[in-house]
Amino acid sequence: MTPVKCYPPRPEKVYFFGTCLIDLFYPEAGLDGIRLLEREGIEVLFPQDQTCCGQPAHTSGYHDEARAVAAAQLDLFPEPWPIIVPSGSCGGMMRTHYPKLFAGSALEKKASEVSGRIYELTEFLVHVCHLRLEDRGQPEKVAMHTSCSARREMGLAETGPSLLAQLGQVELVEQDRAAECCGFGGTFAVRHPEISAAMVEDKTLAIEAAGAERFVTTDCGCMMNIDGRFAHQKKAVKGEHIASYLWRRTS
Amino acid sequence: MNAQNQIDQAHPVQTYSPREFHRQAHDALGNPQIRGNFRKAMDGLMTKRRDSFEGWDVETLRELGANIRMRALAKLPDLLEQLEANCQANGIRVHWAEDGEEACRIIREICQSHDAKLVIKGKSMVSEEMHLNAHLEEAGIEALESDLGEYLVQLNEQTPSHIIMPAIHLNTDEISEIMHDKTGTERTRDVDYMTAAARQQLRERFMAADVGVSGVNFAVAETGTLCLVENEGNGRMTTTVPPVHIAVTGIEKVVEHLRDVPPLYALLTRSATGQQVTTYFNMISSPRKEGEHDGPKEVHLVLVDSGRSRIYQDDELLDTLRCIRCGACMNHCPVYTRVGGHTYGTTYPGPIGSILSPHMMGLEETKDLPTASSLCGACGEVCPVKIPIPDLLVRLRREAVGEGRGNVAGAGVKRTRTEAAAWKGFQWMATHPGVWRSGTAVVGKLRALTPGKLGAWTDYRTAPKPAGKTLHAMIKQHQVDKSRLDKSDKEPR
Amino acid sequence: MSARDAILKRLRERADGSLSAPESDFAVVTERGWSPDERLARFERCITSVHGEVVHTSREEWSDALVRVLADKGVRRLALGREHPVAVEARQALADADVALVDVDRDIEAWQREQFESVDAGLTSIGGAIAETGSLWLWPTPDEPRLLSLVPPIHVAVLDADTLEDTFFDVVERHGWANGMPTNALLISGPSKTADIEQTLAYGVHGPRELVVLVRHIDADTEDSE
Repeated sequence: MTPVKCYPPRPEKVYFFGTCLIDLFYPEAGLDGIRLLEREGIEVLFPQDQTCCGQPAHTSGYHDEARAVAAAQLDLFPEPWPIIVPSGSCGGMMRTHYPKLFAGSALEKKASEVSGRIYELTEFLVHVCHLRLEDRGQPEKVAMHTSCSARREMGLAETGPSLLAQLGQVELVEQDRAAECCGFGGTFAVRHPEISAAMVEDKTLAIEAAGAERFVTTDCGCMMNIDGRFAHQKKAVKGEHIASYLWRRTS
Repeated sequence: MNAQNQIDQAHPVQTYSPREFHRQAHDALGNPQIRGNFRKAMDGLMTKRRDSFEGWDVETLRELGANIRMRALAKLPDLLEQLEANCQANGIRVHWAEDGEEACRIIREICQSHDAKLVIKGKSMVSEEMHLNAHLEEAGIEALESDLGEYLVQLNEQTPSHIIMPAIHLNTDEISEIMHDKTGTERTRDVDYMTAAARQQLRERFMAADVGVSGVNFAVAETGTLCLVENEGNGRMTTTVPPVHIAVTGIEKVVEHLRDVPPLYALLTRSATGQQVTTYFNMISSPRKEGEHDGPKEVHLVLVDSGRSRIYQDDELLDTLRCIRCGACMNHCPVYTRVGGHTYGTTYPGPIGSILSPHMMGLEETKDLPTASSLCGACGEVCPVKIPIPDLLVRLRREAVGEGRGNVAGAGVKRTRTEAAAWKGFQWMATHPGVWRSGTAVVGKLRALTPGKLGAWTDYRTAPKPAGKTLHAMIKQHQVDKSRLDKSDKEPR
Repeated sequence: MSARDAILKRLRERADGSLSAPESDFAVVTERGWSPDERLARFERCITSVHGEVVHTSREEWSDALVRVLADKGVRRLALGREHPVAVEARQALADADVALVDVDRDIEAWQREQFESVDAGLTSIGGAIAETGSLWLWPTPDEPRLLSLVPPIHVAVLDADTLEDTFFDVVERHGWANGMPTNALLISGPSKTADIEQTLAYGVHGPRELVVLVRHIDADTEDSE
């Protein structure tokens, strides 16, 4: 269960933790997230020494390795500014698993302190920035895929859709079983490829059946998975990270 | 019923093993019948569960459910002794078994002491867990399932594919065919006809049965009461008609007080099948007393450990024992929905099975189960007693690769030198930011050389291509652009 | 060491140390604050939604209603107790009716096949009912044994409207069940059913196909005189 979070007033500065998937595969999404924050008058600090939150090792059971990687991130955010993560999955790792990962260690206090400052991007835009958006794009039917981590680990089923709802020309279409996992699950897709494939197939069929021309997601893992399936099927439906989508349509 | 022994080519005996998870998953995924049956059933069950909690403060109720189970576990040894003492005071004979084998032996000996030829069974997952039927058959005692779903599965020489709905993998046509083949009923899609036929067939057997074997949903320590939850009435038949009743259950099923039962019962039926309540809630506290006219003259309770006391030792793993066997985790699991219950090759399939079976069978046998989850969290979200199932799956993954506490049999079995080295490599990269930056930058520059095939991933999806520039690099450029822009803003016009 | 002692020893010598037991707050399962009318309406809605039938009648005229129900259902042989006032009144009312009365105050061994094969309905009194879930609760007795509400294809249950309570928890607490449980206590919520054949509901799989609840109300006149 997600604890009720008390949101702070809008800060002057924030840290941005870009995540490794964005770093390598979707840097534009990270930059668009930064642009959205800067447009709100917030200075965005991007510690150049950031790498990965450690989640891939964590979910694979390699906790010593995950802890070492996580420990390397803990020093990157010395000032008390919020830390913005454009991913529910990495955000969930840092918010809910860091304290447990370091429980009983010398870094316990620091990990808890850092985890208390973690915000997923759409969460921060909605609850702290109270973002107002003006749509400048063409009419479009869009489906939202909120990642399981954003939805369940961070309790953020509503933030993405509520931002999209502000876009006047965008029709947010309801897909069947919207809350069901797309089948990515990090190393799950590698260890159980056939089951993962069956899941992503159903996900793409549901998005298509909803009449969406595009799907928007809060997580690049899901995007890689769903978009990869659409592309493999040579379907016209394209995926986009919500940060890029919001930036593109409002700038 | 004699036809039951006929060998039927159309339904060959299928055996499943957790070792064969991948192959079984492959088969299930390629079977449209299985896929369709499970999808339809799970969709219905999820909707019914949601509707049944309408108007309830579900979170508070789940909190209470978790709390009751945690209290019971905190006092487990005391409560077991109290249960035993109260049962004995009521005339129920209590037996203890270290494992399934010992429990089977105890039950067989009770049966033999009554010269039993036929044992009729109410639904009991613990009896499945210890393969009681096979054990009794070997001793020449027929063990007949009476829950309709279990009966059908037994006729088809299969095992249950779901802990609450054993025959959920079969559709009406398949069931009609099975009943026709094995019991000589007409081929039909008329469910009422088939149900009535099964009623007739089983009533004869209830009258003939020497012993009834049931499970237990909650065993109440303060009163020595065994609670059974059911819709069909076969549980009541099993525990009332034969002259001897043997209840068999895991040691974790005990609760402290009678008042602990209503909240757990409310959670169980809604979580399991989306029912406000089941048709019957059957509370048994003693054998037939002097002057009473029906009910068994002998009631036995067999308490089975089978690895549970080992789970009990570990603070994190302990949560596994809160389970009240509702099956909501499997109903909501996207993996279970795709592959069905048999694929897991264990008595308990789905998420709860994946966190329970490794303790019962060892990680060697079950090493593929803890990874058979995308960790989507749907199971944990619906669990009526708030078992953190995803966290426990991760814990078992740790144990499997030898980075846990070694509290599970077969710990470390999945550790391979290659994989361990790969994660060490990842750790080294991700803790050396300079290396990370240059490494990822190189990957970007070489994007044209990225293989189009990435193993299984690209059998179903196109491969993702690294971007030309990493975010680290783009940020630097972005900051340069911004400072230039800021400067030009400030320059006098 | 016996299995018992070995298991208890392992539990007592728990590796991660002893556990502290949390307190429980049961507020969520008690005190719905329903009026008697709301309770009754809810009870009826719930039990009829699972195929139970409800017949409203009065304390005075309920046995007439019973006679009508038995006639409607074509019941020729009714099994019932002898001592409970419900059974006493039913026996009187049915003395001249075309319904054979089957005694149940005899050991089942003597008449099992008869009970299984040639009884059309069983009549029982009811301890009380639960509004929240539409459940009857009963404690079978030597006079009205356990199988009476299970084996015959029709179960006719006689319930007094004023015995309705909000929740199962309330019943357990108010009646002090924990102070002494009978051989068998039951909640019954509708006729026997199954959904084991492709989620299709079917009734009467092992227990009764039909459950008829005669709800006895206190007559308005009687109420005034109280």
